[in-house]
Amino acid sequence: MLNNTKLDLWVGIFVAVGVLALLMLALNVSNLKTHAGDGVYYVTARFENVSGLKVRSPVMLAGVRIGQVETIELDPESLDVLVRMSIASNIATIPIDSMAGIYTAGILGERYVGLEAGIEEDFLIDGSNIHRTNPAMVLEKLIGQFMFNKVEE
Amino acid sequence: MILQQLIILGKASRAWLERLGRAYILFAYMVWGIPSIFRRFHLFIQQVYFLGVFSFLLILIAGFFVGMVMGFQGYHTLAKFGAESSLGVVVALSIVRELGPVITALLFAGRAGSALTAEIGLMKVTEQLASMEMMAVDPVKQVLVPRLLAGIFVLPLLAAIFSAVGILGGEFVGVAVLGVDSGAYWSQMQSSVDIYNDILNGIVKSIFFGLITTWIAVFEGYDTVPTSEGVSRATTRTVVYSALSVLALDFILTALMFGEH
Repeated sequence: MLNNTKLDLWVGIFVAVGVLALLMLALNVSNLKTHAGDGVYYVTARFENVSGLKVRSPVMLAGVRIGQVETIELDPESLDVLVRMSIASNIATIPIDSMAGIYTAGILGERYVGLEAGIEEDFLIDGSNIHRTNPAMVLEKLIGQFMFNKVEE
Repeated sequence: MILQQLIILGKASRAWLERLGRAYILFAYMVWGIPSIFRRFHLFIQQVYFLGVFSFLLILIAGFFVGMVMGFQGYHTLAKFGAESSLGVVVALSIVRELGPVITALLFAGRAGSALTAEIGLMKVTEQLASMEMMAVDPVKQVLVPRLLAGIFVLPLLAAIFSAVGILGGEFVGVAVLGVDSGAYWSQMQSSVDIYNDILNGIVKSIFFGLITTWIAVFEGYDTVPTSEGVSRATTRTVVYSALSVLALDFILTALMFGEH
């Protein structure tokens, strides 16, 4: 039997390494930083079409992830889609006339909401709406249009 | 003839059910004895040492190798689609969600569970458990409860260490050997791995695995036939049952956690 101090030391080292590993998983591997409950605000945008966008899809500004999609709902009257997203509150200077579009990362990659900064002096705050939006590009539609034009020629 | 076979079958099923019942009774008894651990906290620390510290190096090495293999395999599959930069996502998700908790539990069952069974079984064979009872010391509280709690406490930590080291192993192969961009490896991982859905669920899984492997180990030891052959059989059963129940439980937990997406 080891004496108690040595045993305690080894147990202490083991637990410390275990907790460190947990911390590394939380901070370095996962999206905890963009999650951080207290530090987000919510904005909504109205799209004609969101094909392929999912809850938790990233929201990007200038190619940098600043938040994620929280809910996707169909508005039963206008048949538009309301997308609610959370944005990290340290990014608080997005002009109110910014444009939101739905893009694809790479040709087969996942869909994300891309914001393009506008020029207004007022900024988006919690609960504001993004008015200028671009619907998702549906590949089949484009191919269909292209074929149609070819046939017409 | 057939009647005889049926009788044998019935007898076997009844014995099996009886064992299962004894396992549950022992479990309820251990849960009831949990408060006693606060009066004998050093026993818990001792078991954390035996179960955790002794498994530490094994988990470290196993995790690094599994991570490196995931790095190679993931790279070759992803390279076909030109998506090598997603290597971090593949390695991290598969290790954090599945391989980390499961392989850690399997190794833990082989390394620590078998030792637990042999130890408790031998205590029974040499009548140490009986003599404890003679001295009005409850062997369940004194011997079993600290081991069960230590197992539940230790396995999530071991699984976290396994996952962390595995991801580093994947980075070593992906970045240093195969030339994936280190920034892409980490940033794509960070944007795809969710703290609740992936990491927390992995930890919850390993808590359940810790419970089931130590419960089986402790029960098999406590319930062993008190002969040297009995102990050897109990030890084998611990490893086999633990491995099977970990894999089956993993399926159930995965279906519950990730089923709806």
